[in-house]
Amino acid sequence: MFALEFPPLSHIVNWPGIAGEGAWWEINKVVLIYGIAALLTILLFVLGSRKKALVPTGAQNFAEVVVEFVEDGIARETMGEAGVKYTPFLISLFLYIFFCNIFEVIPIFQMPATARIAVPLVLALIAYVVYHGAGLKAHGFGYFKHALVPPGVPIALLLLVIPIEFVSKFLVQPFSHTVRLFANLLAGHILLVTFAVLTSGLFVLKPYLPLAILPAAGVVVFTAFEVFVSLLQAYVFTLLTGVYINAAQSHEH
Amino acid sequence: MSALVLAQEAAAAGITDKGIAALTYGLGAIGPGIGIGYLVGQSVQAMARQPEAAGMVRTTMFLGIAFVEALALIGFVVFFLGQ
Repeated sequence: MFALEFPPLSHIVNWPGIAGEGAWWEINKVVLIYGIAALLTILLFVLGSRKKALVPTGAQNFAEVVVEFVEDGIARETMGEAGVKYTPFLISLFLYIFFCNIFEVIPIFQMPATARIAVPLVLALIAYVVYHGAGLKAHGFGYFKHALVPPGVPIALLLLVIPIEFVSKFLVQPFSHTVRLFANLLAGHILLVTFAVLTSGLFVLKPYLPLAILPAAGVVVFTAFEVFVSLLQAYVFTLLTGVYINAAQSHEH
Repeated sequence: MSALVLAQEAAAAGITDKGIAALTYGLGAIGPGIGIGYLVGQSVQAMARQPEAAGMVRTTMFLGIAFVEALALIGFVVFFLGQ
């Protein structure tokens, strides 16, 4: 219809190298975004903690809002007082993911770095090490019993329950943790590309020119929606990390 | 043999792998759609009845959404693998 040619998936997520074409350290747009997101995260706290004014302004103000949000809204909410010591880890996760995501709507870049599976995968693996590490630290080797044997299960059923718990806790959990972030951002990216392709397609065809305003409005609306999704997915990823840490180290049963 | 006949019939009817992948994703989105709708509806009800518990309900709601949504997203990934 309308002679529209939707680009194949590889065209909208693969970018040509900017430097070092073909080398193992080849830098393309996505790698550049990884670097900028990490720099922004570090820079925010370097600038924010330089003066330590009583009445915060600028970067310090923003940094304090983020710290308060993560400490009260995520660490304390999911782990109680024991979670406060994980706040720095959770803040770095939250901000890094948020900055990676937000490049989706920044002109020139317009590519969420988390729409390539590398970053979500590595972050989920770091979280995997942290929450299982927290569990091992809290329970010693009893952690495996704590993780695999739910309380109050009859012995005959253990044969069935232990494999299920093992698969869900040690295999499916990191997988869904990764895919949730990755697929949400990839879907958002494809959505924006779809509306942009539709707009330009209608724009070229003279008789349909007035119709182009509909997908153009769609681009604006979904760009706003993607800002919300960027924030929400960073929040959900961090929140789930908190929940997993709590489940690993909690003593109640 | 019957698989071959089925494949031939599918090709004759214009059913492609892409179409099947899209249809499968549509089917896979039904469950999470119902789930998230029910979850958010109940959360709004809880928040309206007890506004002082709104913060706790909201966190739990997002957590629930994240778990339910995972199913739809796995469907989304399978959609690309199936193309």
